[in-house]
Order: sequence, then C-alpha cells, then structure tokens
Amino acid sequence: MRAGELARSRRRQEAIARAVAYVILVAGAVAIMVPFVWMVSTSLKDKDQLFTRELQWIPTLPVTVRVAGQDYTVYTSLSDGRYGLLLERLPAGKLRIAWLGKERPPETLSRVPDDVEIVPEEQVAQYRRPGARWSNYREALTPPNFRFLLYLRNTLIITIAALAGQVLSCSLVAFGFARLRFPGRGPLFIMVLATMMLPAQVTMVPLFKLFVTVGWYDTFLPLTVPAFFATSGFFVFLLRQYFMGIPLEMDEAARIDGASSWQIYHRVVLPQARAAVATVAIFSFMAHWNDFLGPLIYLGSPELRTLSLALYAFQGEHSVDIQLLMAAATVVMLPLLVLFAVAQRYFIQGVVISGVKG
Amino acid sequence: MRRSSTLLRREALDGFLFISPWIIGFLLFTLGPMAYSLYASFCDWDMLHPPRWVGLTNYRQMFTDDFRFAKSLGVTLKYSAMALPLGVVTSLGIAILLNQKVKGLTFFRAIYYIPAILPGVAVAMLWKWIFNPESGVINLLLARLGINGPGWFTDPAWAVPALVIMSLWGAGAGMIIYLAGLQSVPTQLYEAAEIDGAGAWMKFRSVTLPMISPTIFFNVVMGIIGSFQVFTSAFVITGGAGSPAYSTLFYVLYLYQKAFNYFAMGYACALAWVLFLIILTLTLIVFWSGKHWVYYEAERKG
Repeated sequence: MRAGELARSRRRQEAIARAVAYVILVAGAVAIMVPFVWMVSTSLKDKDQLFTRELQWIPTLPVTVRVAGQDYTVYTSLSDGRYGLLLERLPAGKLRIAWLGKERPPETLSRVPDDVEIVPEEQVAQYRRPGARWSNYREALTPPNFRFLLYLRNTLIITIAALAGQVLSCSLVAFGFARLRFPGRGPLFIMVLATMMLPAQVTMVPLFKLFVTVGWYDTFLPLTVPAFFATSGFFVFLLRQYFMGIPLEMDEAARIDGASSWQIYHRVVLPQARAAVATVAIFSFMAHWNDFLGPLIYLGSPELRTLSLALYAFQGEHSVDIQLLMAAATVVMLPLLVLFAVAQRYFIQGVVISGVKG
Repeated sequence: MRRSSTLLRREALDGFLFISPWIIGFLLFTLGPMAYSLYASFCDWDMLHPPRWVGLTNYRQMFTDDFRFAKSLGVTLKYSAMALPLGVVTSLGIAILLNQKVKGLTFFRAIYYIPAILPGVAVAMLWKWIFNPESGVINLLLARLGINGPGWFTDPAWAVPALVIMSLWGAGAGMIIYLAGLQSVPTQLYEAAEIDGAGAWMKFRSVTLPMISPTIFFNVVMGIIGSFQVFTSAFVITGGAGSPAYSTLFYVLYLYQKAFNYFAMGYACALAWVLFLIILTLTLIVFWSGKHWVYYEAERKG
C-alpha cells in the first residue's frame, strides 16, 4: 500500500516538473526565435515601415490605385477614415489629395476624383496592407550593393581549401599520435594540447609580418595554407581520441598482410572514423565560413572579400537601409542553417566530444 | 613474439612522417611567431622599419600611462563577470529542463543550439538592430509593458549588458555539453538517493552537481578564454571604435586597434603577452580551485 502511494506521488511530482519544464522550454524557444523572426520581418519591409515607434511584425506595403496608366498612393484621413489619392507633395509638409469616400478603393479608376483638397501631412496616413517587399532581396544581393555571388565564391574557395587541408593534415597527425610508437610521442602530444591554450593574438602580429613579407597579403593564402599544417590542436585531439578507440589488432593484422602505415591509415583507420572526420569537417567549415578577423586583416581588395567581411563593409555603406542589411544577413546565415538541418548529428557529436572528454 | 628493431625503427620513422605536418606548422606558425612576438613586445616597431629595442617601455607604459589599456581590461572583466556566471546558469538550467524526459528533445536542442553556429558578423548586425533604442524590437516590446527601454549600444552604461544578453542567446553549445554530462549520470545514484529520502533539491545538490562538476569546470575554463577574446560583436556593432565612451573597448579590440590602426606592433605584442598571462593565471586559479569542488570518479576508484 505505502509503496504504491509513494510511487504514485512520485509520478505526480514528475509530471508536474515535466509540465513546468515544458512551459519554460517553450518560452525559451520563443525567445530564441524572436530575433530571427524580427530579422526576416525587417528584411521584407519597406523603408517607411522601419522607423516606426510601434511594434509591427507583419510587413505591409502601401496601396496604389491605377488611373489612366499612372499609379497613385492611397492615403486615409485620420479624422473621418476617408480614402484619398495622393496627387502631389507640396512644400511645408502639405499634401494634395483627391478624396474618394469611405469604401476601400478599387485597383483601378477611370478618372481622378474631383474632390481635391490640400491637407497637412499629420492629418492623413498612408494606407497600407500586409504584403512583403521581396525586391529587398534582389536589391541587397545585386551589384553594386552586395556582390553576393562573388563573395560566395571567395568564401567557398577559402572554406573548402582550409577544410580539405585541416581534415587531411589533422587526421595524418592524429594517426601518428594514436597508432604509431616513436620517441617523444607523449611530450609532443602535450605540446599539441598546449597550443590550444595559446590565444591567437600572441602570434597574430608576427604572422601578419611573415605573410606580408612573402607577398601573401591580399591573397587567400594566409587563410588557407596554415590549415594544411595541422594548426588546430583541437581537431588533432578530437581525431586522436576517436582513432584510439579503434582496435589496434586491426593494424597488426593489416601489417602481417604487408600493409604500410599509409595503407593502414587510409584503408583501415579512416573508413572506421567517418563520424569523427565528418565532425571535424563540419567544425572546420563553420570556423572558416564564419571567420571575420582573418579576412579583415589579410584581405584588402573589395573583390576578395568573404561574405562576412562584405557584410561588414555593406553595413558601413548602407547603415540606414536596415531592410537591405537584414536581407543580406538572412542570406549569409542560410547556408549554415541548411548545413545544420542536414548534419545536426555531427554538430552535436562534436560539441559533446569536445566538452565531456575534455 | 618480439618485434625486430628494424620494424620498430620503421614505425618510429613513419610516426615522425605522419606528424611532420604538425611539426612544420608548429615551428612555422606557432613557435617562431611566438618567439618573435615576445621579442617585439620589448621593441618599438611599426612594421615599416626594423624593430628597435626599448626594454620594458611598452609594459611600463601599459600599467602606468595608458588610460585605454585600463579601460579595456575593465570592460573585459565586467563582461566576463556578467556573461560567465549567467552563461553557466542559463545553459545548465536549460540542460536540466531538457533532461526531464520532455517530448521533442531533438527539436528543442536544435532551436537552442542554432544561434551558436551562425556567422558572428551577421549575428552582431542583427542584434544592433534589435537593440535600436527607437525602433528595435526589444524597446518596442518593453514599451508595450510600459517600460521606457535604455539606449543599449548608444548608452555607455548599457552597452556591455546588451552584449551579455546577446551572448546568452548563443549559450546553446554549453547547453549541449551539460546535457551530455547529465545524461551520463548513472540512474542508480538517483534511485539510491531516493531510498535515502532525498528530495529534488537534495538529489540535485548531492548527485547531479558533483557528477557534472568536471563538465562545469571545463565550461568555466573555456568561458574564461572565450570572454577574454570577444572581438567580432564589439567590432561590428561599433564599427571598430569600441564606442560609446570606450564602453565596448574590449581587450582584443584595443589590441587590434593598436596593431592595425596605429601600427604600434610592438605594443600590440606586449598586450597579447599580457592577455596570455591573464588567461593562464585565471585558468590556473580555476584548476587549483577545481581540486576543492570538482569530483572525479576515477580518483575515488583509484
């Protein structure tokens, strides 16, 4: 009896805890989403809707009426709700308006109404209806504003070259540390780990000097070549941990069959470690795609800019065109969102390996 | 069966061959530049002329006659003091909630993690607009509650808190690490605690916290390193200025300005070494304090 009661009360407690957890989690998820929704919403607004002092989530567009081949913007009177067509803007904030009446205006009219009046701007408001300004995206992503395809190409070249370099070099080095015995292996591996602690700023200035001296300034080389030399201690560490988990007998069996170390690396160990390699590839992709400081320091010419660097420059040139900035930001974020949707497993796995085994 | 010495020599040779990319990279891109950076930190160097030895001048100036150095250190410490504890509490809190066997775990995990993977520049631009004092979504939402929102990035008192809020939005990576830690706590421990009559709080205090203390420890160490290297967000939001009134002049941002705006390369190197020493000291303190609050199962067993 007693035990049954206890179990029931425990189950009830758990149910309540779960309900509370659920409410908080949903609230948190909404809070996480708000910036994204605001970004996309802004990217579809027109400039008139941006700097309002009221909260508007849904983008709206001004309504126009076509009269004899010409478009007139519709205004409404704030006092009596009548609709009217804007004929022209006059000096000192006055508008010349042809009044229609209180019914919603049709899409076309045969002639401009006769009831024309000059009114101060404060007495009328633009008549707007929900509608998205998709042309913001076209405007934001076409030259001379933002040469999206060029920047995408630059980012892809750097990211893919660095990714290839890092996967290749880090897996070779990790294989050496995990599967081969050589004098000084332990201390050398501690050096690999120690480099993870070193802030990049310590080597930043001399590296800049080095790359300027060899004529690599304003090329992609400083951003890609170092990746071929296993410069990421974290990736070496991650791959080594994974390689160590593969049974060593497999190497020995292969050696008896006359396989060389290179053959063991790419026929025995690598095929077993696809998940770890995928994780490294994704983290490397993310690091280089999102990198800002590197391109900022090394790339001078506008034609060489990466997406992130170009986005920053775009902000400097178009600080008031927030709708264009948000459209560009959305597009720059998209590839990573797609990658995450496709390869979520490897993202999560990488974070877990880095955190729990660390 | 003993392997012959030629085979062992062969393996050692292969070993060095395999790690040779790292050896070359380490010498060329880490050790060499480190040594040069240390040397340059004692020099007056604009990169156009050869470095000129000035002894401790850079370091002396830093600590006695550089208002912005003190300011940048203050900004960075203020940010760390807020962002680190809040980050740990938030990400650990979410992880504990997710660990309550809720439905849709994968969905929530994905939503919470997404902000952490996005490009820093795009994220910073987005938040600059979100925190716009007049037309940003935060102040418009606050206005609905009848609150007159602060100037955020335009107000020296609110710029760092705004960056802290922004960093909490990206706390998802820590959450995933904690969640993995929580999931690896053996359920028998909770059952044993229940038999002893432990309530939810006692179970958390006596089982969960000790078991995941190594994970918290790791996150705190990484958090210290990370919060001392804030750059992109402050740079993008203020156009590289660290404004208003130096309120977002983070340490690394100041270092960047010294190097690439003023071409005070020797001074920038000295700043970098001081940064390294600060990070090293703080990390060592955490490691030392860890002896008192981090529980390692292996130690118990051994």
